[in-house]
Amino acid sequence: MAELTAKRQVSVPMMADLAARGETPEILFWVGCAGAFDDRYKRVTRAFVRILEHVGVNYAVLGMEESCTGDPAKRAGNEFLFQMQAMQNITTLNGYGIKKVVTACPHCFNTIKNEYPALGGEYEVIHHSTFLQQLINEGKVKAEGGESFKGRRITFHDSCYLGRANNIYEAPRAVLEVLDADLLEMKRCKTNGLCCGAGGAQMWKEPEPGKKDINVERAEEALATLDGDADVLLNLQGVESTAPVLPAGSNRGGSVIAVACPFCMTMMADGVKNKERESDVQVFDLAELIASAEGLNA
Amino acid sequence: MHFSIQNILFLLVAVAGFGLFAWQVRKIRANILVGRDRDMSGHVNERLWKTLLVAFGQQKMFKRLTPAILHLIVYIGFIVINIEVIEILIDGIFGTHRVLSFLGPLYSLLTGTNEVLGALVVLAVAALWWRRNVKGVRRFTGPEMRAWPRLDANVILYIEVVLMMALFTMNAADLKLHGASLPGAFPVSQFLTGLLPDSPTALHVLERVGWWAHIVGILLFLNYLPSSKHFHIIMAFPNVYFSRLVPQGQFSNVDSITHEVKAMMDPSYQVPAPATEPDGSAAAPTPFGAKDVNDLAWTNLLNAYSCTECGRCTSVCPANITGKLLSPRKIIMDTRDRVEEKYNAPLIFNPNLYGKEAKHDPQEQLDRENHTLLRGYVTPEELWACTTCNACVEACPVNINPLESIVEMRRFLVLEESAAPNSLNVMFSNIENNGAPWAFSPSDRFNWADDLFVAEK
Repeated sequence: MAELTAKRQVSVPMMADLAARGETPEILFWVGCAGAFDDRYKRVTRAFVRILEHVGVNYAVLGMEESCTGDPAKRAGNEFLFQMQAMQNITTLNGYGIKKVVTACPHCFNTIKNEYPALGGEYEVIHHSTFLQQLINEGKVKAEGGESFKGRRITFHDSCYLGRANNIYEAPRAVLEVLDADLLEMKRCKTNGLCCGAGGAQMWKEPEPGKKDINVERAEEALATLDGDADVLLNLQGVESTAPVLPAGSNRGGSVIAVACPFCMTMMADGVKNKERESDVQVFDLAELIASAEGLNA
Repeated sequence: MHFSIQNILFLLVAVAGFGLFAWQVRKIRANILVGRDRDMSGHVNERLWKTLLVAFGQQKMFKRLTPAILHLIVYIGFIVINIEVIEILIDGIFGTHRVLSFLGPLYSLLTGTNEVLGALVVLAVAALWWRRNVKGVRRFTGPEMRAWPRLDANVILYIEVVLMMALFTMNAADLKLHGASLPGAFPVSQFLTGLLPDSPTALHVLERVGWWAHIVGILLFLNYLPSSKHFHIIMAFPNVYFSRLVPQGQFSNVDSITHEVKAMMDPSYQVPAPATEPDGSAAAPTPFGAKDVNDLAWTNLLNAYSCTECGRCTSVCPANITGKLLSPRKIIMDTRDRVEEKYNAPLIFNPNLYGKEAKHDPQEQLDRENHTLLRGYVTPEELWACTTCNACVEACPVNINPLESIVEMRRFLVLEESAAPNSLNVMFSNIENNGAPWAFSPSDRFNWADDLFVAEK
């Protein structure tokens, strides 16, 4: 870099500190377990915080007071554990008088938005894709001054708990629009989107016996879409693809599979690795793409 | 009016036909009501609107254009041609001949439309038969689509052709007998008259045969419905009306568990008194989740009777696509088979469970203890393959929700039998001990914020 960009260290505001000063934040950023512990998704959390800092939103996080929403327990059938977690979190959130929650995890989003109200936790819950779309619409984020995605190929993988579960299809696409990239839709997209294979607590167990892993099927579809490989797309119905690992004469470095969910991130990245394509196709979350296009990484 | 023995005979046949159908419907109603209570009242306008779009308007069928058009032809044919059945009923009881002909030009429009639709139905049914039996559309195959379900699908198509043939035989013979003086318009039958004999006696017999075959065929078909996937032509409407209005990602919260958890967190919380039988004795406790059909909600059982086994759910299921045992359609078909085995069976009851087409080990079937929906029909392996992605729910043209039944059975496995896969038990204990599904220390939860810099612009 020719010139040194000024940078500053971020001290992430903790809800307990704000409460001690008698302040209430405009939004509570719900980090989620993957956002807090998963090494890959921690980078998404950090990217999102950079955006929050950049636009100057009044926010806070719960830090160590946050606990699993109970989503994986509930999907696996452990309703008792789910409600224990839910009531504990609701007590924390209500204790701080939280009104608005933003999260980068569609599973946390779905659980807090749809399943907490009946247990006494009513908040305005926003997924970070919708939040980023709002920032773009308000002109607070322009995706200028950083990495350029112009002309690069990006395909968006719909998360089940964002898409079908909550009908959010347009916000993530609107966010990607500002990158001025070459956006490609997979054949199975939006309401017909194919799961990455991690939902319903599959993230924590081996898949049942079958002929293929779901994330490999989905990664093949994403790669074939980015490559424009119609033959592979036509034959994708659970059949292992025999396409060459790298299409001959391929010069498509820098293609991106965009995701908006920590579990989709893991599954798609593993799928790309399985097809030995990690050298030319990367998996990024929306927040990471925006943060680097805006030049916020330091 | 020529009142004769024929009219008395007809009246008896009609009463028997409708009576038998009413008797079968009562049994099925009782089957559905063995399910757990669930309040689906209210939101009448929203529900009616949805019924109009999804059931009456076939909105979700149009995700796949070719079958949607073929299905639409048969569906419109069914509705419009049934207007003529009203005439047949009146003629049959009172000995009249084409009683609606007083409508004049309107009658010509009705009969003409019926004839054109009848011909289109025959063509559409032929195309549907070809798709099912020759082209081999993948979603019409699968372990649950052998034996009775496979035969049933074709029987429906054959009956539809026979009914249309009866209609044309009746009209063509009537037309040849009466010539231009016959009220109505017959754009198809006018080309068929040449195929018929010239003798007026023979024509009269043919007209009667066609007439009787049409109405008796309809009554037989009506009584075949409760044993068939074709029952969807009726059940699709209540099923869509009573389908969920909440976001697809919202799972039900179990109320009895809410009381327990609240009591644990707040000792002063008053748990409501347990339910009692009408005689005042304590009611048997209901299990968490579902082991058998009567542990499911009544709407889940209504789902089972609305399924037309089209396989759209299974064809989009990520687990099924990648070769796992799970098929959402099978879960729904198993539910119907099991409720009919345990409670009331319709006239034809031929579940896929037994005989050489059996899906399970015969020894397992003989194990009466485990002969319930869970394990007797649906194996835990199927249930654990589900990613809860809602693709099946989205795909169903009549808003069936296989995911609800899957989650209810998972609840039984976890909460009543502690029979979750070991890796999931590890995840549960991680959440209990660390507040996260992975084995990380809660004190590390905020480490992500260390050394975080942002570029100043």
